[in-house]
Amino acid sequence: MSPMIEARDVTYAFGETPALRGASLAVGAGEVVAVMGPSGSGKSTLLHCLAGILRPDSGEVRFDGARIDTLGEADRSALRRDSFGFVFQFGQLVPELTAAENVALPLLLRGVRRTPALRAARGWFERLGLAGMEHRRSGELSGGQAQRVALARGLVAEPRVLFADEPTGALDSLTGEEVMTLLVDAAREKGTTVVLVTHEARIAAYADREVMVRDGRVNAPAGVAS
Amino acid sequence: MTVPLTLLGLLEREPSHGYDLKRDYDTFFGRGKPLPYGQVYSTLSRLARDGKVVVGDVAPGAGPDRKRYVITDVGATEVEHWLTEPVEPEPHLQTLLFTKVVLALMLDRPAEEYLDTQRAAHLRRMRELTEIKRSGELVDVMLADHGLYHLEADLRWIETTGARLDALRKAVRP
Repeated sequence: MSPMIEARDVTYAFGETPALRGASLAVGAGEVVAVMGPSGSGKSTLLHCLAGILRPDSGEVRFDGARIDTLGEADRSALRRDSFGFVFQFGQLVPELTAAENVALPLLLRGVRRTPALRAARGWFERLGLAGMEHRRSGELSGGQAQRVALARGLVAEPRVLFADEPTGALDSLTGEEVMTLLVDAAREKGTTVVLVTHEARIAAYADREVMVRDGRVNAPAGVAS
Repeated sequence: MTVPLTLLGLLEREPSHGYDLKRDYDTFFGRGKPLPYGQVYSTLSRLARDGKVVVGDVAPGAGPDRKRYVITDVGATEVEHWLTEPVEPEPHLQTLLFTKVVLALMLDRPAEEYLDTQRAAHLRRMRELTEIKRSGELVDVMLADHGLYHLEADLRWIETTGARLDALRKAVRP
């Protein structure tokens, strides 16, 4: 069985500064993998390459067996919209939209009509302990509430892979753990593959396994966990 | 349990007199708790009895004792096994981990790999505790939290030590 998402010997440099120096990682379908490493190790760059946000300088990135590093910007953009979900640390919600509209955004971008998109979005609020907050704007939500809304937005379109970059980095430890419990429960229920970048061991402990990125390389051998 | 293995490790570096072993132990591992001479010699006797060291040639040393101890293959294998195996992830391991890291650097062994192995063992235990939190009662959750926070403190020490290995190597291998 081929991995769901895979980097093979990927290099990437920001100008003259190398960030990835031959990073390889394979994540199986439905697997939750934590990518750990010190600041500046290249872990976020690896996530961005896997997610088709950055195009590697060399090496391959494959999604469900097919290369995506060779795709043009429009195709990679479509792939991100149709197959991937994202949760980041900061500044994700569109302040002009309500919480429900923010969650519905990926569906609207896929062409789902407004009424069914908002209906699907509202379905997430009770589950995430946000019932009654559908009409609030991001400024009216606490950090933990906003991050749960962002999580719902990352998952509403049932992506095949969810990329989460320090999703609890701005939260206190208890709220962060609540968000991680929701994230992992939702991913396991749907069989979503998750690539989770974190420098916190307690957050990585929610994953099925962890890999370490150091100096632009992944220390664990690439392979799908059995 | 740490003292015999630490003395064995010091002997793997080079054959030594009891006096030299005590001096090096106190310098690097004693941290204000010097090893009594009696314990040094009783430990060396037990190690000799178990075939892990032998008494080598008698040569002049810095102290009154003139026996020089030499590690055997059995002893070297035990040191190798001890350094390679991760410590059981329990809270408050700093002393044991510290000893292993310093010895590994003294013996020019891959301290980075040992730290990686230990990190993996800690994270494995943290995953188990996290699973208990996800499925347990509140009391279990709180106990698991206690374990998780202590293991996390160990992990931070492992990370910082990993970043300082080059400097530490210079300090213990002058």
